[in-house]
Amino acid sequence: MKKNDIVIDVDSVSMVFNMSKEKIDSIKEYVIRLAKGRLMYTQFTALTDISFQVARGEVVGLVGLNGSGKSTLLKIIAGVMKPTSGHVEVRGNIAPLIEVGAGFNGNLSGKENIYLNGYLLGFDRKFINEHIDEIIEFSELGEFIDVPLKNYSSGMKSRLGFSIATSVNPKILIVDEVLSVGDFKFQEKCKKRIAEMMDRDTTVLFVSHSIAQVKELCSRCIWLEKGRMVMDGEAKEVCEAYMSK
Amino acid sequence: MLKAYLQTFKKYSRLIMQLAHNQITLKYRKSYLGMLWSLLNPLLMILVLNFVFSSIFSRNIENFPVFLMCGRLIWDYHSESTKSAMGSIVGNSSLIKKVYVPKYAFPLSNSIAALVNMMFSLIALVIVMIFTHVQLRWTMLLFWVPMIYVFIFSTGLGLILAALNVFFRDVKYLYGVFLTLWMYLSALFYPAESLSEEAQQLIRFNPIFRYIDMMRGIILYGVMPTIKDNVICLSVGIAVLAVGLILFKKAQGRFILHI
Repeated sequence: MKKNDIVIDVDSVSMVFNMSKEKIDSIKEYVIRLAKGRLMYTQFTALTDISFQVARGEVVGLVGLNGSGKSTLLKIIAGVMKPTSGHVEVRGNIAPLIEVGAGFNGNLSGKENIYLNGYLLGFDRKFINEHIDEIIEFSELGEFIDVPLKNYSSGMKSRLGFSIATSVNPKILIVDEVLSVGDFKFQEKCKKRIAEMMDRDTTVLFVSHSIAQVKELCSRCIWLEKGRMVMDGEAKEVCEAYMSK
Repeated sequence: MLKAYLQTFKKYSRLIMQLAHNQITLKYRKSYLGMLWSLLNPLLMILVLNFVFSSIFSRNIENFPVFLMCGRLIWDYHSESTKSAMGSIVGNSSLIKKVYVPKYAFPLSNSIAALVNMMFSLIALVIVMIFTHVQLRWTMLLFWVPMIYVFIFSTGLGLILAALNVFFRDVKYLYGVFLTLWMYLSALFYPAESLSEEAQQLIRFNPIFRYIDMMRGIILYGVMPTIKDNVICLSVGIAVLAVGLILFKKAQGRFILHI
């Protein structure tokens, strides 16, 4: 891997959460606990010393059981969370995390959400106007594009989220378990879109519980278990090891 | 360092404007008169208040409607921008959880959205001034000065409240009560001169009163704000803004764990 080809550099990242039994978010509770000396938390380690690098154009799958730290890792790479220790360096703009039922502002219409999204990625109005028809077409939302997002089904939201994130041609795309919603036709379209983006040298991080999808789309795969990296290597090998465990 | 900050600010300035724009359009969505309410609301309000205060309590304030509107223009801005900024981080949690955004974009877009409302109140003020035949004065050209001061001050306070509200949701309720008290201590409905000597001294520690007083002086009485007055008003605002920015910057990393 050449140095200037690396777009994501994760360097010994650890994430520790303070878990209080109930979330303290009122002053009264805080003061009472402080007075009782019970402002102690149980600590939960979500990620332990994770390091890896991703080169431009790579499509990396992340596999692991529920609670293995996949989503936390994605959030840290996306810059939404700061790791407890270690650091992440990302070169290039990242499209918003695509999750099941993702939607930004429920009161705004699909179209307004497209604009909001474009500005979030740092594009100007002209650029968004050029791409908006393509985004709407790909999402297959048709006339529903002017309906507030809160009235969308989860499939519709995911479709919109996916087409927004992929149409503006980001350098890095993070897909968190989104292809499992939507009908098989849309899934096919998404796979085709991801393949197109790979040709344009977009780096993709892909989380899925469908091993078949990971094998099909990814060139490389990382296997996480209880916050530790178990294996990092060629997608087929890692997937087989993960499945046979 | 500063240059990097300015660059991110420039990159996200369109986003901030769009957030402010959404704020305004969402507010009046599904109402028939829409934005017109921003103009009608202060006008109707002044009719009610004028009726209450001039027929029930008898007060001898020269041009009471304009006196009242100068105060309300500043006060309404302050109250609206701080209240909406306070809930902005919690309210935009679905966005903050998905993509990196400089967090100050949210409270800042709220104080900008409230500015638009203040512009409408300003138009309402001009309408009332025409109807009540206010004498034209050169000082009126300075109408924007107290508006800028209150913008700086309220934006700073909004940042503080937004950060606090993430960790303690009680802040919202406490601040609501506090605002009521603050309003009565800002001499909105009465001239400060009707207070006792000590009270008149004390009320000058209230920056909002100072902004209101400056506004009234400029519009109604042709009083040029002194340099000392300007220095105090501006430095209080900048001090609060600085505290807000520092506090907000320190706290923003932990927002994600509490929303």
